[in-house]
Amino acid sequence: MAVETRVPDDDCEALTGWGRTAPTLARVYRPRSPAEVAAALRAPGARGAIARGLGRAHGDAARNAGGTVLDMTGLDRIRAVDARAGLVDCEAGVSLHRLMELLLPLGRFVPVVPATRYVTVGGAIAGDVHGGNQHTAGSFGRHVVSLELLTPDGEVRTVRPGTPLFDATTGGLGLTGVILSAVLRLPAVETSLMRVDTERARDLDDLLGRLAGGDHRYAYSTARIDLLARGAATGRAVLTRGDHAPYDALPRRHPARRAPLAFRPVRLPAPPPYVPGGLLGGASAGLFHALWHRASPRAAAGRFRPLSGFFHPLDAVPHWNRLYGPGGAVPYRFVLPYGREEVLRGIVRRIAGRRFVPPAVLQRFGPGGPGPLSFALPGWSLALDLPAGLPGLGALLDALDEEVAEAGGRVQPVGDARVRPEVLAAMYPRLDEFRALRAALDPRSVLVSDLSRRLGL
Amino acid sequence: MKDALGAPQSLLVLGGTSAIGLATARRMIARRTRTVHLAGRPSPALDASAASLRALGAEVRTVAFDALDPGSHEERLGAVFAAGDVDVVLLAFGVPGDQARDESDPVAAARVAGTNYTGAVSAGLVCAGALQAQGHGSLVVLSSTAAERARRADFIYGSSKAGLDVFAQGLGDALYGTGVHVMVVRPGFVRSRATAGRPEEPFATTPEEVAASIERGLRRRSETVWVPGALRMVTAAVRHVPRPLYRRLPV
Ligand SMILES: Cc1cc2nc3c(=O)[nH]c(=O)nc-3n(C[C@H](O)[C@H](O)[C@H](O)COP(=O)(O)OP(=O)(O)OC[C@H]3O[C@@H](n4cnc5c(N)ncnc54)[C@H](O)[C@@H]3O)c2cc1C
Ligand SMILES: NC(=O)c1ccc[n+]([C@@H]2O[C@H](COP(=O)([O-])OP(=O)(O)OC[C@H]3O[C@@H](n4cnc5c(N)ncnc54)[C@H](OP(=O)(O)O)[C@@H]3O)[C@@H](O)[C@H]2O)c1
Repeated sequence: MAVETRVPDDDCEALTGWGRTAPTLARVYRPRSPAEVAAALRAPGARGAIARGLGRAHGDAARNAGGTVLDMTGLDRIRAVDARAGLVDCEAGVSLHRLMELLLPLGRFVPVVPATRYVTVGGAIAGDVHGGNQHTAGSFGRHVVSLELLTPDGEVRTVRPGTPLFDATTGGLGLTGVILSAVLRLPAVETSLMRVDTERARDLDDLLGRLAGGDHRYAYSTARIDLLARGAATGRAVLTRGDHAPYDALPRRHPARRAPLAFRPVRLPAPPPYVPGGLLGGASAGLFHALWHRASPRAAAGRFRPLSGFFHPLDAVPHWNRLYGPGGAVPYRFVLPYGREEVLRGIVRRIAGRRFVPPAVLQRFGPGGPGPLSFALPGWSLALDLPAGLPGLGALLDALDEEVAEAGGRVQPVGDARVRPEVLAAMYPRLDEFRALRAALDPRSVLVSDLSRRLGL
Repeated sequence: MKDALGAPQSLLVLGGTSAIGLATARRMIARRTRTVHLAGRPSPALDASAASLRALGAEVRTVAFDALDPGSHEERLGAVFAAGDVDVVLLAFGVPGDQARDESDPVAAARVAGTNYTGAVSAGLVCAGALQAQGHGSLVVLSSTAAERARRADFIYGSSKAGLDVFAQGLGDALYGTGVHVMVVRPGFVRSRATAGRPEEPFATTPEEVAASIERGLRRRSETVWVPGALRMVTAAVRHVPRPLYRRLPV
């Protein structure tokens, strides 16, 4: 066992998630066809393989230390679009960004959009991601008509909703197989603009009241809590809620009347590769707030805003995770059932008032999917990123985990980078069902990720 | 696997009865660590160390390991890695020697060097190779501030640590970008069994404080850690004192 200098060979790459913490080395293959994926799974090596999309998961879901990582972005063909029926059949490496570019001119949109559009269809299914429309549309998996899954035995199966394999695969973190392609159901839109109401909430109670009172009137609803505020202002937030603007709602001289379905997101320059101090340096936390703020300048009703500004203000800056700095950031994404608002208040109070913390996103969830690892449940979901260098962060988050679990809530597996295995098991009582399905499907443990190692999945 | 904050789930301590090693293990068990391997020369003390960690809820195994027998390292330590991933290796064995006696007992002096330097080179390389094969992990090497500049009072020990320190720095550079992280820890005077009865030096610290610094260093992926942190500046200053003056300093 000799020490080899630097990386053992050219295919090897130290990978992190979007949070840029705890890199591990893997052999990265970029298959260009289903056959090449199958070949890689047939000879996975001693430490197995895992699929990776655009690496937007914050933690270790799409890494595999010492093993193989299959970069699926080479499988990026759109196989068929039926604009009339609202269906697209595409390979798993296609990004939601690409789908938007393709579908908007046809008057269709993607069914669920997380806060970044640079995720792949495979990653969106494997993470069963949600968007601001979770309360009306559910999570991504609900809009999958069927998917093609390459299981570890080398077979390609067409998997449909209502089967245990489908349920385990949506939210299954790539551990049931490699998703090769999927057929998605697409909502119709008349314009690429959003009609948006922006409100400000003074404090957390005001915020919860406004969200609970008016959410049913909007397809999309999220609130950004300003975590720099404390004391009586704790929980001060901006609510942004809206719907796809119908063509007839556009004012008569609105420029979008001529090209209602145009999609031209802004791109700003990327930050330099090395940002000293990152979030803890203060400057970049300020930039986060500025970016978010740009997305919601003031209270207003019925304003028309482009899609990209409404859904993904941060996507305007490529590689913005460099702003996390060399220390990286740790995600904390959880949901608490309705009725446990006091736990939410306690958690927000404990996180708020520290410096350099970007805003947290609060939204109301409806029911989740049927899978054993489905994250959503009817309740309040809070998502934030914390600088990994914050002193005492590990102990703080461990304590919050306990409160969340105790209240019947849970953290999002694909967005996790640090939960204790036994706490995850308490949050997901059907975890053993998932393990059993995996044991039967993958007796040789071909599919392994750093996350599955860490959490014993 | 280590989590995003660098907290390990499994730990291998080379020098299984080391006060610093055990303090670190206790701290890690309180966070995430479930599996601990204590490698050391078989003794009742080693078994007692294992029992003390088991009482905290960890699964503990002991491994027969003698730094002075490099020929056995590959096999003994290889077996640990074959049983499962090791997230952090703590190279904590070492002997202070007895400078006054060792100066007139070259064989004893060579044993200090053989333990602290040669033994660590061999064990360090075996572990580094295994960590590299698993694609992740940290190798934490306990050097000493004594490694920074020769001191009249302990230059045999100091030179062995200086060799180890340079070795570990080089290893860290060789492994840069491979997912494996090497961290050199330089404590000052640590109050423990090894130093019991010796006059205390300024900036004295405790095994628990060293453990806390190791935890912080793992979170930050630091390459060099001084304990206490102020020693970084102090040793930098001492390094530049001209030799004629340095010889007269009471260090
Ligand atoms: C700025 C930002 C905002 C976000 N906002 C949200 C949000 O609002 N809601 C939300 O739910 N999530 C959100 N996320 C998380 C993100 O949507 C998910 O982590 C998503 O899974 C990332 O997709 P990806 O293509 O980058 O996949 P990766 O990060 O590369 O992989 C994620 C998981 O999917 C698996 N996977 C990827 N491709 C395949 C495949 N072809 N077959 C099988 N498994 C596969 C991987 O193994 C891994 O387990 C956000 C992330 C960022 C960075
Ligand atoms: N204490 C300090 O002031 C101080 C300061 C700076 C750096 N350090 C360094 O920090 C490390 C740990 O210190 P500590 O205070 O925890 O020391 P310690 O309690 O004295 O422990 C030393 C360990 O080394 C082991 N060891 C000695 N010779 C060995 C050999 N040939 N093979 C295998 N193991 C052997 C001992 O095992 P046995 O039980 O078998 O003897 C013991 O486990 C050491 O490297 C030390 O040099 C210490």
